Amino acid sequence: MTILQAHKAIDAVFRIESARLIAGLTRMVRDVGVAEQLAQDALVAALEQWPEAGIPDNPGAWLMATAKHRALDELRRRKLLERKHEELGHELEVRRELAEPDVEAAIDDDVGDDLLRLVLIACHPVLSTEARVALTLRLLGGLTTEEIARAFLVPEPTVAQRIVRAKRTLAEEQVPFEVPRGAELEARLASVLEVIYLIFNEGYAATAGDDWMRPGLCEDALRLGRILAELAPNEPEAHGLVALMELQASRAAARTSPNGDPIVLFEQNRARWDRLLIQRRRPTTPTGRASSPSTTRSRRSRRRRWWS
Amino acid sequence: MKFMVLMIPGDRKSYEAGAMPEPALIDKMMQFNEDLVKAGILLAADGLHPSAKAARVSFDGPKPTVTDGPFTEARELIGGYWMWQVKSKEEAVAWAKRCPGAPGDTLEVRQVFDSAEFGPEVEAREAELKKVMEKNAQS
Repeated sequence: MTILQAHKAIDAVFRIESARLIAGLTRMVRDVGVAEQLAQDALVAALEQWPEAGIPDNPGAWLMATAKHRALDELRRRKLLERKHEELGHELEVRRELAEPDVEAAIDDDVGDDLLRLVLIACHPVLSTEARVALTLRLLGGLTTEEIARAFLVPEPTVAQRIVRAKRTLAEEQVPFEVPRGAELEARLASVLEVIYLIFNEGYAATAGDDWMRPGLCEDALRLGRILAELAPNEPEAHGLVALMELQASRAAARTSPNGDPIVLFEQNRARWDRLLIQRRRPTTPTGRASSPSTTRSRRSRRRRWWS
Repeated sequence: MKFMVLMIPGDRKSYEAGAMPEPALIDKMMQFNEDLVKAGILLAADGLHPSAKAARVSFDGPKPTVTDGPFTEARELIGGYWMWQVKSKEEAVAWAKRCPGAPGDTLEVRQVFDSAEFGPEVEAREAELKKVMEKNAQS
């Protein structure tokens, strides 16, 4: 394996693990920005060590252990800077976590909770919509700043700045890393759904650039939607949104001609519709609330957007 | 991009006999599938019956010939498949490595043609994208 191949393989592993990593670390250090930096440090360590030593059997656990040790260093450093009782408490927590054996199954629920907290904080209402989109793609979608910039056709520094500002805002406003209950959770989830659908739409009917579609963004949104539906399995809205996006995405290949011109629905080659996605579209909501707004929108949109 | 991941069972004899894997292995496989769902990448997954129930239709003469299974001559048989939506071949491979395969099993990771994704015209469009980005940078 060449160094380049090794780096690509490590990069792929990191993409799989990064959201879980950042989520777990944020719970420890209570700062998304610091957590992301720690995760990046763990990646750098992996890039240094794995090409020689090989990818460990459980790369996720390796990355987490490495990042946790750095988190501990970070907390010690902070403690030296300002001795706060609260942060001493955090250190105890990290110590406890380090002492615990990494039992995958036992912590699985926690991981799910942490991920949900991370989605909710990335889509927090104190942030502008643009910031929410960038932060969600970065933290949950595992996209690099450069990839986000390319997807939205904006300069890379603009995206980088958006992300930095968003993280600073979250820290300044002391947004808690938590899953709220009841009506507040509903409202916060609505914000997440909005962000995901916005990403999808930018891919499905691009507002910038000459291309009608940017399929990469559609895929990112689909993936985020599916992750959310698993994190909040009792939310019919989340399932409805995935159903809606899969239905729309099923026509992606047929919507444009080879030179990129749009093709209206009744002229589309139906053989190019993605049967797999059409079949997956059937909304199966555990609560059986088939009339949730998103699923209704899915039905309505079939009428309203019959031409697209 | 989409990948079809083909499972080629190592223990062909017991696969062809329709034997179920050990319960512990089934549990592990279910956990693996659940992880794929949680990661938002699993589109479909199915297992295939032994080749005794299969048929092959080949086109090597003026008319198609039909051969009923089992295919004792075949070098490898496909026991099942997944469809994954991932970002790269490397990601598909990283996931495949996490599959709790039995000794001798092989997973073949194949990219699915997807015209909506990367057509031959993409490279030409890259240049266009760059132009727009530069324009947006100035404004």
